[in-house]
Amino acid sequence: MNFWEYLGNRHQQLLTDAYQHASAVFQCMVVATLIGVLIGVVTYRSDWAGNLATTATSTILTIPSLAMIGLLIPIVGLGVPPTVIALTLYGLLPIVRNAIVGLRGVDPSLVDAATGIGMSRVMRLVRVELPLAWPPILTGIRVSTQMLMGIAAIAAYASGPGLGNVIFRGLASLGSKNAINQVLAGTLGIIILALLFDAAYVLIGRLTIPRGIRV
Amino acid sequence: MSETSTSSSAGTSGATSGATSGASIELENLTKRYPGSPQPAVDNVNMEIKAGELVIFVGPSGCGKSTTLKMINRLIEPTGGRIRINGEDVTDMDPVKLRRKVGYAIQSAGLFPHMTVAQNIALVPKMVGWSKSRIKSRVEELLDLVGLDPGEFHGRYPRQLSGGQQQRVGVARALAADPPVLLMDEPFGAVDPITRDHLQDELIRLQHELHKTIVFVTHDFDEAIKLGDRIAVLRERSHIAQFDTPEAILTNPADDFVSGFVGAGAALKRLNLTRVRDVEITDYPTVTVDDPLQEIFNKLRASGTNEILLLDKRGRPYKWLRRGDMMRAKGSLARAGTLVHDTVTRDATLRDALEAVLTDNAGRVAVTGRRGEYDGVVDMETLMNSVHELLDADRLEAMEHQHELQETRATQTHAEQEGDGGETRA
Repeated sequence: MNFWEYLGNRHQQLLTDAYQHASAVFQCMVVATLIGVLIGVVTYRSDWAGNLATTATSTILTIPSLAMIGLLIPIVGLGVPPTVIALTLYGLLPIVRNAIVGLRGVDPSLVDAATGIGMSRVMRLVRVELPLAWPPILTGIRVSTQMLMGIAAIAAYASGPGLGNVIFRGLASLGSKNAINQVLAGTLGIIILALLFDAAYVLIGRLTIPRGIRV
Repeated sequence: MSETSTSSSAGTSGATSGATSGASIELENLTKRYPGSPQPAVDNVNMEIKAGELVIFVGPSGCGKSTTLKMINRLIEPTGGRIRINGEDVTDMDPVKLRRKVGYAIQSAGLFPHMTVAQNIALVPKMVGWSKSRIKSRVEELLDLVGLDPGEFHGRYPRQLSGGQQQRVGVARALAADPPVLLMDEPFGAVDPITRDHLQDELIRLQHELHKTIVFVTHDFDEAIKLGDRIAVLRERSHIAQFDTPEAILTNPADDFVSGFVGAGAALKRLNLTRVRDVEITDYPTVTVDDPLQEIFNKLRASGTNEILLLDKRGRPYKWLRRGDMMRAKGSLARAGTLVHDTVTRDATLRDALEAVLTDNAGRVAVTGRRGEYDGVVDMETLMNSVHELLDADRLEAMEHQHELQETRATQTHAEQEGDGGETRA
């Protein structure tokens, strides 16, 4: 069976896996974005807190993903929970770092002006600081997503959802006639998903970055 | 519905004629001390600013003038002293509410780049809860007021504007909710000299219409003279070296620090303070291009000045005609005489007039009215006489003033010696 025949035969299964893969990454990205921006907002004003947040999240990133998922299994069991936790944690770093950099990069005279014309702290954050920091934050989200696409494949190790399952099946049966096809299909599927997500981010950027600060 | 409840407190919308005019500001023993530094950044400032007055804080960089300004809207919280606006103590009120009632304009405008011009201006009215339609008409009105075409600029983003235009929008934003008090922190510091000159003229015009109380910080003494009703020359820690009218500071600086700051050429700077309309304009024999040649000849012969001014059809100065000119041009008006290069309006400063007189080869310049029509002539002699008179008058006034000051100081010192005597002399 060549690769195309394999795709023809298994496309139902592959599409389901791809959908689950995308959906897992997407949901984890939403959670990671919310938590990441929140951490950024809470910490950017203070030097040490900001650095602590960046260091902590980058430390998480250095843990090998297989080990992280392996360590999570005894705590939260198999399946979706370890996948979601691991992906969310890995997704944090680029978002936290870019949120802090973006918020700190807002021109102090604009912050001064915002306060000076009578904005409260929350209002200043929502109306001025976050919109101005949004382009770098979005870049962080993009980087994060690309990374999670690959890491999500490891989730199959903990019986998680996604294209990782196809890859792992292939790897487990190396030598059989479909092994290479499976690995190839899973990998290509992840790459295509990553490209689709990236295209979506370009569109989101177009729609959400105000015209006045679009480069 | 919210319209009716807010309009009574926030002043009436619509025409600027119904706008809120200024409120008085009192600073009492205002002090800012930063933790960790032995000297206060602002030390015991006492100042009374009258309603509708344009007061300039001027001083070297780092003297605390900006800090003092920012304490008025409590962007910097004072460590001691009181601030009263219109008699109301605002030192302990909610700073956010206070700032919505005090306009604030800063260097390079501080416009939010992600919002359009209209959105920037609408911020404060939105925060204080104006209705949509009222905000909309207010934005148009303000753009008009600062000299920008509402239709054209309304939807633009700040980066699509020149520096001068941004600054205008900045002023419009500060004025948006019609605050009685306007704080301006070196607003024209980042624009080129020509634009700055325009903006200064505009501010003078605006203030003429609006009568807000404006506190304006600058390090440029010439700007201070041009704009200020009164100028506070500040030295380190915001100590007031002199707080007086520009005339008084120019002619009678309180001490070496002030005269150092005034710089050389006080008499020349004084010229900036007087307008052509304040001095005597001489009348000059004139003819128009439509007059018959014979009449022009007769006037030329009759005039004691050897020269007459030829006006064009609309009564605007056109040519200077000397006695010999007509002969040499063989009676042709088109070829005779020298064209009028430069005119000044009645609103021009004496400095502009002097400039024009100096560059004119015969040492006089024609004064024109609003539509460029001939009004009179100013020459070197008139200028010199007026400047002498002005300076004499200033000196006299300053001496009287000095006298008063000494008396009040004497009573103060007396009181201090009697009492605690802790306060140093300003």
